[in-house]
Amino acid sequence: MKDAETLSAAEQARSKTKRSKFAKAKKTPVEAVDPEALIEVQHLTKKYGALTVLNDISEKVYPGEKVAIIGPSGGGKSTFLRCLNVLEDPTDGHVFFEGNNLCDLKVDINLQRRRMGMVFQQFNLFNNMNVLKNITLAPVHVGLQDLRKTKRKNLWIRFCNLFRSAAKKKPLYPIQTSKKQIKEDAEQNAMRLLTRIGLADKASVYPSTLSGGQRQRIAIVRALAMNPKVMLFDEPTSALDPEMVGEVLELIKELADEGMTMVIVTHEMGFAREVATRVLFMADGKIAEQGPPAQIFGAPQNARLRDFLSKVL
Amino acid sequence: MNDFTHKLEVFFKYFIDYENYKIVLTGLRNTLVIAVCGLIIGIVIGSIVAAFKVAGSRSKVAKVISYIGDAYTGLFRGTPIVVQLIIFHFIIFRGSGINTLLEAVLVFGLNSGAYVAEIMRGGILSVDIGQTEAGRTLGLSYTTTMFRVVIPQAIKNVVPTLGNELIALTKDTSVAGYVATMDLNAAFTAIAGATYDYLVPYLFLALVYLVLVILMTVMIRQIERRMRKSERR
Repeated sequence: MKDAETLSAAEQARSKTKRSKFAKAKKTPVEAVDPEALIEVQHLTKKYGALTVLNDISEKVYPGEKVAIIGPSGGGKSTFLRCLNVLEDPTDGHVFFEGNNLCDLKVDINLQRRRMGMVFQQFNLFNNMNVLKNITLAPVHVGLQDLRKTKRKNLWIRFCNLFRSAAKKKPLYPIQTSKKQIKEDAEQNAMRLLTRIGLADKASVYPSTLSGGQRQRIAIVRALAMNPKVMLFDEPTSALDPEMVGEVLELIKELADEGMTMVIVTHEMGFAREVATRVLFMADGKIAEQGPPAQIFGAPQNARLRDFLSKVL
Repeated sequence: MNDFTHKLEVFFKYFIDYENYKIVLTGLRNTLVIAVCGLIIGIVIGSIVAAFKVAGSRSKVAKVISYIGDAYTGLFRGTPIVVQLIIFHFIIFRGSGINTLLEAVLVFGLNSGAYVAEIMRGGILSVDIGQTEAGRTLGLSYTTTMFRVVIPQAIKNVVPTLGNELIALTKDTSVAGYVATMDLNAAFTAIAGATYDYLVPYLFLALVYLVLVILMTVMIRQIERRMRKSERR
């Protein structure tokens, strides 16, 4: 899989895949991008008709950070998170991931999303596949796609080489993998991840037979199977029974301890306080206050935040 | 009543003694071939058209194709199948020497494709949007997500309606005789013409269709059950 990956990394630099939506180019000019930041948001605005959900937000997430987003419902938390991987197309502003502008239609969004895992409130496991297939679908598909691309390129190079003199012949991209190998690798990786969360015996069952907690943990593992650089959690425990919240939070905490960068929208204040390195309080489409958890929960400045905390704590 | 028993006798004489059961068997085979192959073609065409209709707001190419799809469904749902058969027979396939059975399969396939497109569109819309979002966030393209995740689930949702379509299509094949395809209806009509009696052959025709449809209903229910079961293993 390695070689196919290096090729796709090279392609990424000049990815010209068309993403021909009707989306208009954003009006705000691009500002200088911080090379350190993993995700950088510039003047992000999202409107649904007359309703402004996100109002000119600029924010950066650095590698290794665990950012928790809290706030009252309707404050734009989920929309903000969904804008980070352009599931929602922002009305204005720019989102940068590793220096690539995700709002630029010339950037291949699928290549970028592979490096951003996302976990939903409603789990969203694929109902038509068993657990193992759920996890391996994307890695196998991506692996095979890259393999095909490399083979196609090699074919072209070989054809061109026919007309080149011996000295000028171009080398082929090395292929050290096969269809079978890619599938086996993905399955091995999936089983490793499943064993880690203690669900290896559920590999061949369908999601509808699993409990909410199990489903959510598998959804997290599915995102992990793509080796993401950042994980986005959209209220991962809000649809769970109280007794299952613990096991999911446990897994997220483990990931955090391993150094995974993550952005979590959550209503679990205790969890946010414990795991986050930074807490954003969002209300009325703005980041009203942010800071380390001790400051946000211990000495809140903003009136809205104080009001919010008095209600939830 | 005497008259009716006489007619029955005549019918059976023609049916068995004069070996007309052979054309009925051919007709039965052709009817099944047209209905089943037609539905398969219909599902293929319908899925593609439905996918583009659903994706219509996403890109300009998809939009254009979805307009073509709209025109196609409008045209094929808006005109009687007999007219379509005759147009294809006398205009489009004119002088091509194509097998009339194949011609009927194609026309019925195109016709049912128009209906299946709308059925599939409903099926695709009934699949939770979260499934698409999950696929997209994993870095799969829209098309891949559609074909690997959404459409398989949509098919599961539309099996009962597709069964309905198969049954309707089976009975619709009775007009295939218009372009000289020997289907069930044409076979019994031939017997009716030979015996100068339409009542008895058509009663038997009704019986054959009825049995066919009941068998299909049972089959569809089996498929449906098996599909649901696979989700709960």
